[in-house]
Amino acid sequence: MILSVEQVTIRFGGLVAVDGASFEVGEGKILGLIGPNGAGKTTLFNAINGVYKPRSGRIVFRGEDITGLRPHQIARRGVSRAHQVVRPLNDLSVLANVTVGACFGREQLGLRQATAVAEEMLASLGLMDKSEMPAGKLNVAQKKRLELARALAARPLLLLADEVLAGLNPQEVADMLGVFRRIRDQGVSVIMIEHLMHALMNVSDHVVVLDHGQKISEGTPQQVSSDPKVIEAYLGDPAVAQRFLEEGA
Amino acid sequence: MRRVRAPFLPALLVLMALVALFPILKGDPSLREELFLVFMLVTLASSINIIMGYTGYVSFGHIVFFGIGGYIAFWLMYSFNVHFLLAAVAAAIPAAAIAALIGIPILRLRGAYFALATIGINEAMRSFVTNFEPFGGAVGMFFNFSVYDTYGGAKASGQLAYYAMVGIALATIAASYAVKRSKFGLSLMAIREDQDVAMVVGIDPARAKVVAYVISAFFPALAGATFFFKNGIIEPGHAFDLLRSIESLVMVVLGGIGTVAGPIVGAAVYEWLRGSLITSPLLANFQLFLAGLLLLVTVLFVTAGLVGWLRERFPVLRSYVQ
Repeated sequence: MILSVEQVTIRFGGLVAVDGASFEVGEGKILGLIGPNGAGKTTLFNAINGVYKPRSGRIVFRGEDITGLRPHQIARRGVSRAHQVVRPLNDLSVLANVTVGACFGREQLGLRQATAVAEEMLASLGLMDKSEMPAGKLNVAQKKRLELARALAARPLLLLADEVLAGLNPQEVADMLGVFRRIRDQGVSVIMIEHLMHALMNVSDHVVVLDHGQKISEGTPQQVSSDPKVIEAYLGDPAVAQRFLEEGA
Repeated sequence: MRRVRAPFLPALLVLMALVALFPILKGDPSLREELFLVFMLVTLASSINIIMGYTGYVSFGHIVFFGIGGYIAFWLMYSFNVHFLLAAVAAAIPAAAIAALIGIPILRLRGAYFALATIGINEAMRSFVTNFEPFGGAVGMFFNFSVYDTYGGAKASGQLAYYAMVGIALATIAASYAVKRSKFGLSLMAIREDQDVAMVVGIDPARAKVVAYVISAFFPALAGATFFFKNGIIEPGHAFDLLRSIESLVMVVLGGIGTVAGPIVGAAVYEWLRGSLITSPLLANFQLFLAGLLLLVTVLFVTAGLVGWLRERFPVLRSYVQ
């Protein structure tokens, strides 16, 4: 297991955003994390990479308890994150953005090596011709790819991908899924938050479902998608949900 | 980021050194005095640029380090007859240490709160020195002219101070360039753009910011030591002059924030403008008004400053001018 989330609870004042959630991510696996809006998925990401400190519970990464470490310390251990709302470093060039990822991630590369890694990453994500452009001038799809390129340039052991497919057209989604499979085959573990159900079901090895901060189901994509509790959480009406899932598949 | 590296820094340093030699070769002491001031302003503006331009923290009261360096060095020379060059270095080190100490708490503040805190620190330091008798209190300290005998008289001392200031300015520019082109500089710029993202990618912002602040405090302290050595007199209002602080911010913005060459251009243009205005009987009283107007026009219409504007206008310059 590369990551174990054990009984993690996160509160904001009176609101319990994540309530005793537990799950594990296998090495070189893609874990799909799904749940309705407000289920606590992004909050859980924030706990894993140190932005929030859990009220209780433990997060163990490669055998080490990382609960309560600062974000940069967790990043240096090999956890990268692609944000849901893209956050490019606007005034820096596309290449510099990705170089930042390579420089300060797990491998702590020097500037020259990091630039080479960044160029490789831009080429594999089809952004090479934009490398000198300020990142703020990219369009949304390009910014999404940039966000992923920056996260991957750190050569992470675990990638937290927060809705990187949202807002992309079907071709772009297909391309992106190819990227995910490729990095998984390279041994990188991935946790994906995604609303595009068919895409997620397609690529995940294992799926965890959150609702109101609690884990309500987990298993293979097939097991989860036929779980009545999941269907109810999503759509309220199991019959409608069934139809939705069939269309999606 | 570019692989084709134009020899920007050597070219810039050689150019500055040639300019510095000009009044010596010409034997023009008043031009030398003017350039002494320009090189001092280049040092102040370039130093502020490291924390303001690269890191995104507007250090409004940055002149405090000029004052601290000036006072400590002056006191060492005045009370213990320490040689000027030694005193300058001995003053810049504690100034940098003070920057680290105050930087740790105040660099946690963001935006306007940081700027306000730096003003507060400058004002607090001025009040402290005004009431600190070993530093001469409100009257300050002044040299007996015999101090300059160690250096071969007042004239030779002036020359020594000039060379020292030129050296400090060149070192500041070299440091500014080295920071900008380094991995450390990249971490500063990442912090400037989005501190939370910087943290998530593995940068320790607290540490990087304090290091940047310390570097940006060291050179003004050297400049302060040199300025007041040459001046022969130091008093609190002159050492911790907030107006001078603001003027150096204007120079950075005017020349091009976040660029290496910008603060040099800004300092030179600003000082040249002030020189022309102050000697004009018609405009002498409007000098500061025009400086404010200039700032306003720059931030409204040429946000990138002169150097930034040139880089945008002529993309070919981008690989040559940093």
